Amino acid sequence: MSDTHAHSIAFVRDTEIPPSPPPAGETGAVKWLRENLFSNAVNSALTIASLLVIYILLSKTLPWLLNGVWTTNSLAECREVLQGKTGACFSVLTERWNQLLYGFKYPSDQYWRPNLALVLLLFAIAPVLFFDLPRKLLAFTAIYPFLAFWLIWGGTILAPIVALVGFAAGAFVFQTYGKSSFAVGFFGAIAAAFAVWIIGGMLIPDGASDNAMLQAVPSRDLGGFMLNLMLGVTCVSLSLPLGIALALGRQSDMPLIKWMCVVFIEFVRGVPLITLLFVASVMLAYFFPPESTVDLFLRVVIMITMFSAAYIAEVIRGGLAALPKGQYEAADSLGLDYPQAMRLIILPQALKISIPGIVNVAVGLFKDTTLVSVISMFDLVGMIRGPILASTEWNGVYWELLGFAALLFFVVCYGISQYSQWLERRLATDHR
Amino acid sequence: MSELMSDRAIDRSKMQVSDEVAIEITNMNKWYGSFHVLRDINLTVNQGERIVIAGPSGSGKSTLIRCLNALEEHQQGKIVVDGTELSNDLKNIDKIRSEVGMVFQHFNLFPHLTILENCTLAPIWVRKTPKKEAEERAMHFLEKVKIPEQAHKYPGMLSGGQQQRVAIARSLCMMPRIMLFDEPTSALDPEMIKEVLDTMIELAEEGMTMLCVTHEMGFARQVANRVIFMDAGQIVEQNEPEEFFNNPKSDRTKLFLSQILGH
Repeated sequence: MSDTHAHSIAFVRDTEIPPSPPPAGETGAVKWLRENLFSNAVNSALTIASLLVIYILLSKTLPWLLNGVWTTNSLAECREVLQGKTGACFSVLTERWNQLLYGFKYPSDQYWRPNLALVLLLFAIAPVLFFDLPRKLLAFTAIYPFLAFWLIWGGTILAPIVALVGFAAGAFVFQTYGKSSFAVGFFGAIAAAFAVWIIGGMLIPDGASDNAMLQAVPSRDLGGFMLNLMLGVTCVSLSLPLGIALALGRQSDMPLIKWMCVVFIEFVRGVPLITLLFVASVMLAYFFPPESTVDLFLRVVIMITMFSAAYIAEVIRGGLAALPKGQYEAADSLGLDYPQAMRLIILPQALKISIPGIVNVAVGLFKDTTLVSVISMFDLVGMIRGPILASTEWNGVYWELLGFAALLFFVVCYGISQYSQWLERRLATDHR
Repeated sequence: MSELMSDRAIDRSKMQVSDEVAIEITNMNKWYGSFHVLRDINLTVNQGERIVIAGPSGSGKSTLIRCLNALEEHQQGKIVVDGTELSNDLKNIDKIRSEVGMVFQHFNLFPHLTILENCTLAPIWVRKTPKKEAEERAMHFLEKVKIPEQAHKYPGMLSGGQQQRVAIARSLCMMPRIMLFDEPTSALDPEMIKEVLDTMIELAEEGMTMLCVTHEMGFARQVANRVIFMDAGQIVEQNEPEEFFNNPKSDRTKLFLSQILGH
């Protein structure tokens, strides 16, 4: 019945249609423009408006940038060279380059020391940041803080060696006794370290720093961007472990530890950093023995570290709370004890979840190091606001100086941000 | 509830109950706040027994087996596991936990570690087994649960059934004397339930002492030597599977069985 009908709709392809190029306007730049910039009237209007804004911005800033003067010795000379044309006076950067980077008191023939410390810093943090590198490199990371201290502050090499030996003694005591009892190991380690430091401190002769291999540089002579970097690196690397300890302490079953951590976090978080810094510069002396002169740099480090540790603790607490209870139970049911469960199971996952928050705090902390300028430390911003802008030669060169400061901070913070994104991708193993 | 039966013959030659006591619970009581979850539990489990604990949800069956490795704390009574009494002493708790394997409803594999690392972690850190030996043993058990080829993948890349089999292998790597299963198949598709049950049957055939909270009555019939029925925090009835299913004594058990098997 349907034979003919069926025949008319049955169809078998015996030749393949060759692929042909798409019509013009469906590929390349034209297609992209049409889809992304001129897809409808509103889009087209916005595109044109944006182009206009970009043009205006560039037409004002480009001449300023390109006509920049790099080689004069004062703002007045800059103006002479420019003769009324638009142009930046970048000479302030070249003329005060060393002051911007090292402050105005660091002995200029010793600049190689902080430079070397910076280069070595890259080697020291590489195995920490990129954990695919051989673990043996961490040995250098462990001695780096003492090496950097010696390079930057100079003076007798005995001081950092005593400090290093103190830490080593503490670690040894903890390794030996921490296995049987955590508390004995922990407090024994602290006691051992202090014993080494006190005895070692007495053994260092009084005039040891006078004729040392490296000329001693007191903390008040540090300055410039170097000071920001030193504070940033020191405080981030100290506040991360402290923050982890606080976050775990806040979850502790032991009421005393839990409440100590809660009070610390809530108090430090509820106070502006700048008041903490004033406390560091003026009031902290009351908490130390009367004759002791605890270094201002150390006091500032303590304050910034406390401040950011409180924030990091809360970020990590969020990560801990995000873990399913089953992870704790699985670790427990396999017989792992608390330190093992935390180190091997809980923290690797909680810290991974916390990476964006921790990086947020780290970037904020690094920029907050400029606040030390209000307690008359001459960091990059302190140098700009103080000695440079106050000088007769460069009074009034705001854009160039502050723009340079912004650029330096941006480069570092953007680097941190990019690293954290790489880290998140590298650690993504859940495949969900 | 389905009554999945294994299609293969079960080798009963090694399924022998010895006289040695593996777990002894006497007059155990537990409260959540003021809620009395477990009431006067008395239970003795011998080495080599395969016990299925059944009961409606909220009857305390999961809580009971979670008390056995101190994931939950009991307030009254005495629990002795493999000769060690469960007390607040952390050393005892860690000792018991390393002798007692546990498999969870939601697998609880460690997502940041590979399958192999999941299996070697506890032997290396708790038993201090050398890494190479731990890996060899892990591969042995992964082969036994039939997924050696997944050893270097992460848990997130595996199906639910595969993950649960890895979880079983992970527990076995600690060479436990007793295995606890807390609804091991409840989060799985029917097809995957079978592969997990087959693994558990193999384990039973080797003479492992097992306590299993499950709704798989087919497994209970085929493998268990004792079925315990719990309701409202109490052990209502316990018997051999044949008797339990064909001739339940209490009305509560009859009602439960009619609901779970009756259609």
